[in-house]
Amino acid sequence: MFTDKPDSQCQCAEPASPEELRRRLDEVIAEYKSKPGGLIPVLQIAQGLYGYLPDEVVRHISLGLDRPYSEVAGVITFYSFFSTRPRGQHMVRVCLGTACYVRGGKQVLDAFKKELGVDVGETTKDQRYTLEVARCFGACGLAPAITVDEDVHQRVKPTKIREILAKYSQPGAAAKGA
Amino acid sequence: MAKVTIDGIEVEVADGTTILDAAHNAGVHIPTLCFLKDVQAIGACRICLVEIEGARDLAASCVMPVSDGMKVRTNTPRVREARKTVIELLLSEHDGDCTTCNRSEDCELQAVAHEVGVKENRYEGERSKRELDVSTPALRRNTAKCILCRRCVTICSDVQGVTALFPQKRGFKTVVGPAFNKDLDSVACVQCGQCGAVCPVGAITENDQIDEVWAALGDPHKHVVVQTAPAIRAALGECFGYPPGTRVKGKMVSALRRIGFHGVFDTNFAADLTIMEEGTELLTRLKKALVEKKEAHLPMFTSCSPGWIRFAEYFYPDMLPHLSTCKSPQQMMGAVVKSHYAKKVGKKPEDIFMVSIMPCTAKKAEAKRPEMNSSGVSDVDVVLTTRELARMIEQAGVDFRSLPEGTMDSPLGESTGAADIFANTGGVMEAALRTAYEIVTGQAFPFENLHVKPIEGLAGVKEASVTIKETVPEWEFLRGATLNVAVAHGLGNARKVIERIQKGEEMYHFIEVMTCPGGCIGGGGQPRMTGNDTRRARIAAIYAEDEHRDLRKSHENPAVQKLYAEFLGHPLGHKSHELLHTQYTARPKVKVG
Repeated sequence: MFTDKPDSQCQCAEPASPEELRRRLDEVIAEYKSKPGGLIPVLQIAQGLYGYLPDEVVRHISLGLDRPYSEVAGVITFYSFFSTRPRGQHMVRVCLGTACYVRGGKQVLDAFKKELGVDVGETTKDQRYTLEVARCFGACGLAPAITVDEDVHQRVKPTKIREILAKYSQPGAAAKGA
Repeated sequence: MAKVTIDGIEVEVADGTTILDAAHNAGVHIPTLCFLKDVQAIGACRICLVEIEGARDLAASCVMPVSDGMKVRTNTPRVREARKTVIELLLSEHDGDCTTCNRSEDCELQAVAHEVGVKENRYEGERSKRELDVSTPALRRNTAKCILCRRCVTICSDVQGVTALFPQKRGFKTVVGPAFNKDLDSVACVQCGQCGAVCPVGAITENDQIDEVWAALGDPHKHVVVQTAPAIRAALGECFGYPPGTRVKGKMVSALRRIGFHGVFDTNFAADLTIMEEGTELLTRLKKALVEKKEAHLPMFTSCSPGWIRFAEYFYPDMLPHLSTCKSPQQMMGAVVKSHYAKKVGKKPEDIFMVSIMPCTAKKAEAKRPEMNSSGVSDVDVVLTTRELARMIEQAGVDFRSLPEGTMDSPLGESTGAADIFANTGGVMEAALRTAYEIVTGQAFPFENLHVKPIEGLAGVKEASVTIKETVPEWEFLRGATLNVAVAHGLGNARKVIERIQKGEEMYHFIEVMTCPGGCIGGGGQPRMTGNDTRRARIAAIYAEDEHRDLRKSHENPAVQKLYAEFLGHPLGHKSHELLHTQYTARPKVKVG
């Protein structure tokens, strides 16, 4: 299973200071600077540290790895798991892969849009949820599937989504799910 | 070697040859779009599909190597249908406002669509999003015309080493552009325009400023003068059906007069002036280093090419003290016109409108640099590329081919052969050596036909050494010295030279850098498409210009000598510093904070 928060074990601790984050980012850059194919792991780890990829972090990585800014941005915008906008406490991903789509994934997505009041790629005003679409979790037998953070929810119906979200709606609800 | 049969024609080609090249040898034409000879072969657009006997799928001939005994068919119903569908799909998302498009006359997409017989738009659907980028003085981008061929990406990264452009996003939403699809001015772009020079469609073009020139010409209060760069006369003819390498200087001058310019000057005059200033600057730096034992920032780099200037400002700011402080010939001409010439003709600098015809888009940006205003107003008001001049000639209703041979005005149209060769890689260096050698030694430049062979041609980095045996008393300290020079064209090659210097691998005294492959004759504003054959033909024309002259050394230009006697004093003098020299600004390659 993918993980879009490689550093998520740190979420329970106090948020790190900007200086501390920068120090850790620089360590990662130094580690990967001379490695071929180092850009993607650095971006992944940076997103884990910051929760998303703020432009100043992207620029810092471009300079640190000595890779052109336009190229780094090209890689970030190619992969849907990289985000350049702040994301909510919880990531809701609705699968629109073939199996999920034919079994009603689109209706599930519409229901989430309505329930959360956001469009795809947006974050709720209370910073609690970010809504994204995904292309197959490899859970086609459970279609339509969604994930909230790292939990997979199977055979989701539009009528069930309020129930699913309730698990995450408590302030401080564990990001890694029950 | 491999024996291949293409459409029944047998050819023998080297192993590893692509089907496309083998077909060319067999006299069979295969249409292409993303392919660009010597630059890019990626099989992305799928126009060049062919059928290989025994293979299940069609193959992209630009990347598929031949094998012995291979039988290829390029003109079967299956191939024709596939190519046509590919073009139809490209057209279905292309912003096809062809009638008003800058590229309507030489659009490769249109040409290939015609070639494969597209007669209607079979597919209607969502079109690419139109975002217009007018953020730079040099270039215009229209994302909706882009067919994602990636030629611009390859030239910007692999040839120029700049990578201002890169594919952003993915799938249907892919946009080739600067980081996060913001405007060009948000990234380190040197505005060389090589992207626009290789673009098959109208997605990236020069910023068309023809109307600004027509407006000035229509203003009775403006005294409108024009200068033409050395590279124009070897390329402009291509826009009027002449083969590459046709020399059209005389017709070009007549065309400019017919358009209505009040004065027709030659940037070559300012090129000779540049050699006087830059040559003296080099000798002064050598003296500082060798006699005074002071830091003189050697090697010195030429500073005529504004794309190179911006490249150094962005990527090698610590090298800026090594750049000659000379303005480019374009700016020198503007500064002289708006000071000395203005006085002579009794005009105020602000009433003179200086137009430059340049092979270059970066010159548009150079003219807009805030420090380029020695007379209090811009040295140069508008820069038109070769392509724009051709369109202006058409708009003026001038039949270029039937024009008589005109001559430039005197004295600002007078020049030597040394100025002609500013147009091609190695030329500025050769011109500088012709003059510097004679000043230092007092003897004739000892190279056959005045050409320094090792720095001619299209090799990316070229080197030469000149040993000084005897000197005149003033340059005594150079007796026995060997001057090492290097020449680089294409910014990727400039990068290689700089990195060698920074590693301490090479010791040069003087380095010529031209931004574009081949030099200005291959500039971003020149007629399309510029391949190496075209570059060689234009360079041959430039050398012919040079060789047909009586005067071929800048210091022999009587008009330049007179300008020093009457106005400037001497090279690097007070007036020169005020008008002809400039400074540079370090710029972050990625802005932070």
